[in-house]
Amino acid sequence: MCMALASVLLGWLNLDAESAGYVWGTALPRVLPTTLILAVVVPALAGVLGVAAAWLVAVHEFPGRRLLEALLIVPLAIPAYLLATVYIGWLDYAGPIQTLLRAWFGQGAALPPIRSTGGAAITLALALYPYVYLLARGAFATQGQRALEVGQSLGMSRWQGFWRVGLPLARPWIAGGLLLVMMETLADFGAVAAFNVDTLTVSIYQAWFALFSLPTALSLASVLVLVAAVVAAAERRTRRQRGYTAAGQQARRVHLHGAGAWGATVALGTLATVAALAPITQLLVWAAQHASDFDTRYWAFASHSLSLSAMAVGLLLAGALALAGLQNRAGRAGHLLARIAQSGYAVPGAVLAVALFTPLAGLSNAFNAATPADWAPILLHTSLATVLLAYATRFMTVASQPIEAGQLRITPALRDAARSLGLQGSRLWATVHLPLLRPAILGAALLVFIDVMKELPMTLMTRPYGWDTLAVRVFEMTAEGEWERAAVPGIGIVLLGLLPVAWLMRSSDPSGATDAA
Amino acid sequence: MLRAKLWVTPAHRPLLALMAACVAAVLPACGQQQSAGEPLVIYSSRNEQLIKPLLDQYASETDQAIELVTGKEGPLLQRMRAEGDQSPADLLLTVDAGNLWKAADDGLLRPLDDATLEQRIPPHLRDPQGRWFGLSVRARTIAYSTERVQTDALSTYAALGEPQWDGRLCLRTSKKVYNQSLVAMMIAAKGEDIAQATVESWVANLATEPFANDTAVLKAIAAGQCDVGIVNSYYFGRLQREADELPVALFWPNQAEGLGEARGVHVNVSGAGITKAADQFDAALALLRWLASAEAQAGFAGDNLEYPANPAVEPVPQVQAWGDFVPSLINVSTAGRLQADAVKLMERAGYR
Repeated sequence: MCMALASVLLGWLNLDAESAGYVWGTALPRVLPTTLILAVVVPALAGVLGVAAAWLVAVHEFPGRRLLEALLIVPLAIPAYLLATVYIGWLDYAGPIQTLLRAWFGQGAALPPIRSTGGAAITLALALYPYVYLLARGAFATQGQRALEVGQSLGMSRWQGFWRVGLPLARPWIAGGLLLVMMETLADFGAVAAFNVDTLTVSIYQAWFALFSLPTALSLASVLVLVAAVVAAAERRTRRQRGYTAAGQQARRVHLHGAGAWGATVALGTLATVAALAPITQLLVWAAQHASDFDTRYWAFASHSLSLSAMAVGLLLAGALALAGLQNRAGRAGHLLARIAQSGYAVPGAVLAVALFTPLAGLSNAFNAATPADWAPILLHTSLATVLLAYATRFMTVASQPIEAGQLRITPALRDAARSLGLQGSRLWATVHLPLLRPAILGAALLVFIDVMKELPMTLMTRPYGWDTLAVRVFEMTAEGEWERAAVPGIGIVLLGLLPVAWLMRSSDPSGATDAA
Repeated sequence: MLRAKLWVTPAHRPLLALMAACVAAVLPACGQQQSAGEPLVIYSSRNEQLIKPLLDQYASETDQAIELVTGKEGPLLQRMRAEGDQSPADLLLTVDAGNLWKAADDGLLRPLDDATLEQRIPPHLRDPQGRWFGLSVRARTIAYSTERVQTDALSTYAALGEPQWDGRLCLRTSKKVYNQSLVAMMIAAKGEDIAQATVESWVANLATEPFANDTAVLKAIAAGQCDVGIVNSYYFGRLQREADELPVALFWPNQAEGLGEARGVHVNVSGAGITKAADQFDAALALLRWLASAEAQAGFAGDNLEYPANPAVEPVPQVQAWGDFVPSLINVSTAGRLQADAVKLMERAGYR
């Protein structure tokens, strides 16, 4: 990660005045407002959706709750650019909905333009709210009902209980989720490009691909890193000195009745339909239209996707747990190391890929030059290890956020009790912390698995020869604008992404709440 | 309460088994090397499904092992730069003259003085120093509504800025290299000032925000959101295959004599060049010649409804049906040289 950051910063040294002057002087002032709007509005929308949905499913009981609880995670498995393609296909002037409106109400009938900053914000929020939902659900499940009971004992209504007890106690989780959403929004290129909404990422690629100035692109990317680091630090500062630990057993779910119960079902059902079921149906229809594309090579693509995701999960969980352990003990230096390791998420994948790739290629060259000519040359920069390293640089924060938040639920009293029983160091960690972190670790594993499954630019650039994945396949289709054909590998990504969702839902009812009859 | 839960519960075993199986399945693949002879390595940003069938054909006919490494243009070029003279790439295959120009400008490609290639590919479709050769031609032209536009109202690209098209024009985003090349060629023909005035007049005529792709422009014309647009002809061909009665047709602009440098339909190429780092030069040259030959050209261009770069080869019937046109004869490498200027010009003109 340090190496990648160093490469990004090195861009500053090689700036060519002409391109840099143009981008910083002309393009940046135009794209910065849009970027900031998206960076604020998308997390806000995703936050409202995610927190409301999580509060409903974690603390209440209503018809269809268990099914909806799982369905609401599903949009996570749909790459944002595919969701954007589906929505634009439906809602643009030439799409079926507006065509129908014109047929019914005449030529003047029109929806607000979908290809706009607003359209991009709503689409990104629908694609990304599961980050908040997943983390907040875990927090409410371990604390929410208790919070309500406490609130009630103090004479608060359920609504007040949510605002004054439930929400504040879940803050690190929600903030962690919002941070992921914001960084993902800042790094997004595929979705905003589909809307033709210009953000900082678009300018980065513009500088690189159109003006042929990689250093200018890297200097712009360092702005993204800076913004992400500042926001993360600010969030962390405000949560200091507070306790978020969980105590005692789980309480019972609140049973909703009548209009409230059906209201919850309809609201969450609508969200699940708009963000997951309907887009997946559309992708299936497109995939069926191009079913002849499907051949035996797809088994290899799928198995590569699965293998890379599984290996990345193992690597990143180990890394995140090590970072968490480090922070417990090492104080300032540990925190700094953790921040550095996590800052890669806001950098667009392709930029991070070259930042990693260029020094590694140099290293390979130096090694090959130093070894005898008849030795087989090594290709350090396109090896499995490099792909995994690239994932680790970019997705460390995805693994860390849930685990760090999970750690906050462990009471010092518990740690002290364990110490008094003679447990110390790594044994204390393994026997007390690790089991208590289990739900957090599972959540982190799920997020990493799906994020890696969707990842394209780094896989594309650093994969060893022959390692084509489903996401690479999507690229091959979309490179010539065949978006609907891309649904064949696209639906593969969604289905594989659903595997761990289904498994997570089955193996761990996160609330562990007893269902009161 | 301190009794720790067993870390791996039975419910986890299937996942762990799956993960283990995946890792086990891929490990043997890591050490494997291609056996039959040293393969010719191609770095390609041309669509895999367009190029692979041809390469497979060549591989089976000549017994030449080929490794096709696909990627996006920018990262692929950066990869070659980083790998330097140790790059495994023998041949670079990419779409857009801008990328080919950049690869040559960075010294990644080897100049060739090859009579066969020069005879097969016309001068304006290859690098003057022989560092790359165009292999298929992509025409960027005007599409119009057959229901609302008479062809005699159409003449040149620049004329789409006339007041008669106010609120009737659809364009794709200026971020797409196809539009950057088009504007770069306008700069080459008419100079920056006139080119900027033209782009500004287009922007003033736009019916809606620029689209993210050419297909969307064509669909918008069909649906009545606008009446004219600028697209690559093969996107029209693809849509034609899907819908029988498309109320959209292609018009070839800038055909009149007396337009000087500005005469001709704007064309771009996909093409290839042999890398400086190539250690399989002869094999790479043999493949490049074959790709330019009559045998390969029909498939190379036809599979994507493009025009063959080799004038001895006819386009496929669907493409022929769109009629003949005079192409712009300005060397396509000009588009690469002026691309950055075109990008800045479009930003100034407010073309997003």
